[in-house]
Amino acid sequence: MDYAIEMLHVTKEFPGIIANDDVTIRVKKGTIHALLGENGAGKSTLMSILFGMYQPNRGEIKVNGKTVVINDPNVANDLGIGMVHQHFKLVDIYTAAENIILGREDKSMFGPLSFANASKKIKELGERYGLYVDPDMKVEDMTVGMQQRVEILKMLYRDSDILIFDEPTAVLTPQEIDELMEIMKNLKNEGKTIVLITHKLKEIKRVADVCTVLRRGKVIDTIDVASTSESEMAKLMVGRDVEFKVDKKEHEFGDVVLKVEHLNVKNARGLSAVKDLSFDIRKGEILGIAGIDGNGQTELVYALTGLSKVESGKVYLNGKDITDLSIYDHYEAGLSHVPEDRHRHGLILDFKLKENYIVHSYDKAPFCKHGVLDNKEIDKYASRLTEEFDVRSGQGIETIARSMSGGNQQKAIIAREVDRSSDLMIIVQPTRGLDVGAIEYIHNRIVNERNKGRAILLVSFELDEILSLSDRIAVMFSGEITGVKKAEETNEHELGLLMAGGHSNA
Amino acid sequence: MLKKYEKIIIPLVAIILGLLVGMLILLVSGLDVGALFSGLLQGATGIKSGSDLNLRYPGELLVTAIPLIFTGLAIGFAYRCGMFNIGADGQVIFGSLCAVSFALLVPLPGPLAAIGTLLAGGLGGAIWAFIPGILKVKFNISEVVTGIMLNYVALYGCNYFIRILPGSTDTKTAEIPLNASLESEFLSSITNNSRLHWGIVVVIIATILYWFIIEKTSFGYQLRATGFNKEGARYAGIKADRSVILSIMISGFLAGLAGSMLVQGTFTWGRILVASESYGFDGIAVALVGGCNALGIFLSGLLFALLSVSETILQVAGIPREIGQIISSSIIFFVAIQYIIKFFLDRSFKKKKRAVSSKEEAA
Amino acid sequence: MKNILKFALVAFLAIALVGCGSNTPSEEDPGTAAGECEFTVGLVTDTGGIDDRSFNQSAWEGLQKWAEEAGAEDCISYLQSSAETDYEPNLRQFGDDGTDLIVAVGYLFDESIKTIAPDYPESHFLVIDTTSDLDNVASAVFASEQGSFLVGVAAALKAQEMGSDTVGFIGGMESDLIMAFQAGYEQGVEAVDPNMTIYVDYANSFDDVAIGQSLAQKQYDAGASVIYHAAGNVGNGVINEAQERVGAGEEVWVIGVDRDQYEDGMLEGGESSVILTSMIKRVDTATYTVAKAAAEGNFTAEIHTYNMAEDGVGAETTEGRNLSADIIEAINGYRDQIVNGEIEVGTTRYITNGEHGTVAEFRALAEEAE
Repeated sequence: MDYAIEMLHVTKEFPGIIANDDVTIRVKKGTIHALLGENGAGKSTLMSILFGMYQPNRGEIKVNGKTVVINDPNVANDLGIGMVHQHFKLVDIYTAAENIILGREDKSMFGPLSFANASKKIKELGERYGLYVDPDMKVEDMTVGMQQRVEILKMLYRDSDILIFDEPTAVLTPQEIDELMEIMKNLKNEGKTIVLITHKLKEIKRVADVCTVLRRGKVIDTIDVASTSESEMAKLMVGRDVEFKVDKKEHEFGDVVLKVEHLNVKNARGLSAVKDLSFDIRKGEILGIAGIDGNGQTELVYALTGLSKVESGKVYLNGKDITDLSIYDHYEAGLSHVPEDRHRHGLILDFKLKENYIVHSYDKAPFCKHGVLDNKEIDKYASRLTEEFDVRSGQGIETIARSMSGGNQQKAIIAREVDRSSDLMIIVQPTRGLDVGAIEYIHNRIVNERNKGRAILLVSFELDEILSLSDRIAVMFSGEITGVKKAEETNEHELGLLMAGGHSNA
Repeated sequence: MLKKYEKIIIPLVAIILGLLVGMLILLVSGLDVGALFSGLLQGATGIKSGSDLNLRYPGELLVTAIPLIFTGLAIGFAYRCGMFNIGADGQVIFGSLCAVSFALLVPLPGPLAAIGTLLAGGLGGAIWAFIPGILKVKFNISEVVTGIMLNYVALYGCNYFIRILPGSTDTKTAEIPLNASLESEFLSSITNNSRLHWGIVVVIIATILYWFIIEKTSFGYQLRATGFNKEGARYAGIKADRSVILSIMISGFLAGLAGSMLVQGTFTWGRILVASESYGFDGIAVALVGGCNALGIFLSGLLFALLSVSETILQVAGIPREIGQIISSSIIFFVAIQYIIKFFLDRSFKKKKRAVSSKEEAA
Repeated sequence: MKNILKFALVAFLAIALVGCGSNTPSEEDPGTAAGECEFTVGLVTDTGGIDDRSFNQSAWEGLQKWAEEAGAEDCISYLQSSAETDYEPNLRQFGDDGTDLIVAVGYLFDESIKTIAPDYPESHFLVIDTTSDLDNVASAVFASEQGSFLVGVAAALKAQEMGSDTVGFIGGMESDLIMAFQAGYEQGVEAVDPNMTIYVDYANSFDDVAIGQSLAQKQYDAGASVIYHAAGNVGNGVINEAQERVGAGEEVWVIGVDRDQYEDGMLEGGESSVILTSMIKRVDTATYTVAKAAAEGNFTAEIHTYNMAEDGVGAETTEGRNLSADIIEAINGYRDQIVNGEIEVGTTRYITNGEHGTVAEFRALAEEAE
């Protein structure tokens, strides 16, 4: 069989790091070829080289058997290579059709843009591949899933035969993921070649034919997907055995720790973002908040932690009204918070790791005596946390947080918040952008805290995460809770419906 | 390894390159390059070949350096706390006004007068800095814009108030009482009648406190955290708005002390200024070259003072005084383009490293 | 390892070596006092240099004239101050070098002279525009009111020629020194035409050009045909305004101060100027006279007022410029009367800042108040 793409012995160096080290992959025509690897394994770099955004230091690229030099994304386009980026590159105020033909306008020299041909072609493509998009709808009015379909149509409109998907499911609901998988299969059946970049094993299992596993810039193996199990792939990716199921024992929940009553919160633009929310969490319980990003989760967390003002309603922690306390007093009342945005909130990026460990306790003994910092105590504490939570960094506790990897940054935050032994932990998106090894570790830590009797509010956009960690799951849609389910009594499908706004009849 | 010394190497490279520019200009103009160095040496130490040691030069060097170090500390402090206090110039001027008014209007016994005057200047600067601080916090107005505008308000406004103080002429105020000044018979006598005053002790204490507060206290931690990431500090439970205002007020306090120094030390009267003397702006250069670090600011304050006091000596040696300014400006320029220097340093460092590792491989 | 650092160091050393090798004393340097002099003179300027086209320059020219005559061109030197803080060190620099006569230009030097002169009893000092009673300091002040009287005459006569009854005065700081200019001007105007209205404004600055321009705008709009400025750089704003108006076809005039400002007021094309005349203060006369006397061993620590009789002040009356022959004649007439004492020019001004009217009106008000 012919190869659509061959990348032979490709090496790409960046200052201080070899992103791709003698990488060879061959993608057969008409197949779905997955690229699997942890963050920083070199997947994106490799595809950026193929798409003409980087030049390799060494190596050869062949497209359809011919050696090519791709020094510009336009060259890649001309070779029939298209890329669906993780962050869509669409113009919000244009319609789907306008976005699709952007740059390929069919026009006479001075005449107005002609949409007639374009609309016809878009409709044809849509029907052929099952990509249903209203060509006259503006992008800003579309759901994320629809926007992605516009991106795909854009590639097809340009007659791309080789499509690269960069982490395409990160922002989709389970239903949308299902649809995307169908679309990808359709594309394959119509003869297109697809490269799928992902670190989600399930997706690979569902659609891919072949999978190349990258680790630290090197090709570990290229495997046949059908005959390889998920855990085998995980092992290849991480380099060791990975436990998927977290060890979570049934136990009795204790007293109510957090009680929220009729909470209303406005967002930064003054619009109502959390609407009349009431719930509680008990000792030893993880309440998962599921939902698609932007449905009031962020505002809810800000209100619970004091970062933003509550419009009306009450928040009680261990029976004490903390609604209007300062941020500082929220922590004093017994709350810790792993924030959604680790760069904006979680860390002072230009501080050293050890300084980041004490952001809540820099002014308390033993770290501070009479206003003077005790560096010995700080170092001792920082070393302990670093060791206990396996935070790895170049210069140990003296490392500037900015230069640490995302996973280790997150581990450092978790370490800090867990170690404060608060009654209530509010944990938002704890594993976003992390690789399997780090995810496993963090999940275990969270469950561990639950087992110790802490009440935990877990907000995540990853349904898998919510399902595997939570005791109870509340789904948020448009600022309201559309349903609360026990974790063992629900499934992805039911939650997916709730996340899309459908109330469960149960 | 390079990273570790980067903070020292970059200003050093900049200083050497700056001197190089000065020397090249002298060479091209056919002037005596040696005189530049003997001038700088004389300005720094008072040593001049063929004549007696004259300690007045190092004395005057310190006198010039004192206000520069204070404004350098002011700019550096704000910078470490995430702000650009370009309004330091106005804070110097307003600090001077407060110091001279206090000295003339509030008679206190003994050294209390000097201490009171000193603090009045500092507080004046802090108050003047409070305005951009509160505007930044409440209305999110950049402290750069308000700072620049307040510089003009201070310059012209203070001239009015200086003029209405009792005993003022149209150019200056009456002389402040002796016990309100920092003049020192002793320091002056050991430096051959220079104007060296007790401010030198104050500036050393301030430099040490700067280091201590920023690096060693929980208060400094709080201000630095806010400076690096205001939202992050807020998340941590730090009262970020309060930190912002405090940071710029402390910066203003240091700038105001520069004003006190001028009133109590360099001169012993307040002056009507026709134009800004740009102590605040020179402070930016001092802080920049000093890497906003206490010792660095102290040394770079001395360096800029040296370039300034050497102008007189250079003029005597027949070298245009502008050469001092050319060198200072070049140093600032080279520090400002430190990213370019860093780039070259990194590159040559890496080349070397690569060469070493390939040699190792070959071996 | 650090190529750039190495390069910089090598270049640095190379140039430093070259520089040291050619260690020839710079003989021709104009600003250097050589060792062979019997009598040395040092001039300390304020922040304006000896090329400021104002009294620093004038002071230096006086010294140059003396040096030329005495064959002592290498014996005069100057130090320019970068800021007020430099005044003292610069004076001391000359003191330490054993300079025989040290000249300080400007009244801003009075405090520094007071501190420093006693420390150098071997040196003589000359201060300009301020006074000192120390016994090694001579002071030179100028009877500015006398010169201002003459330009007042010129202003009033020119206004009459133009059929106008209004002239203006713009001062820098409202100080005794500048108010004396106003006083002389008032008397000169009144001597020609007692009914002439005078506008008086002070800029409270000596270098804010913008204020000068807006004050000039106000006075010209109010009908002033001639404005006399005694305001340093502020005067450039007045000149700018006049140039704009003349460019637009109006006829207005400016009277310069301290030195001949004719060149400063040149109009486009460079053939004519908006400067009617200038009140001239002969700082060069003062430095020349004192340097000559001191070099001959006749230094006296007195306060000397340079008046019209000794040509210390005057009005610029070059023929063929903007003054008609009649006006020049009138000026010369008044000049003689001042020199021979027939007219005595006082230093009391009457019209207050921001007001306008005839001198008589305001004099009456002042007398009433008493």
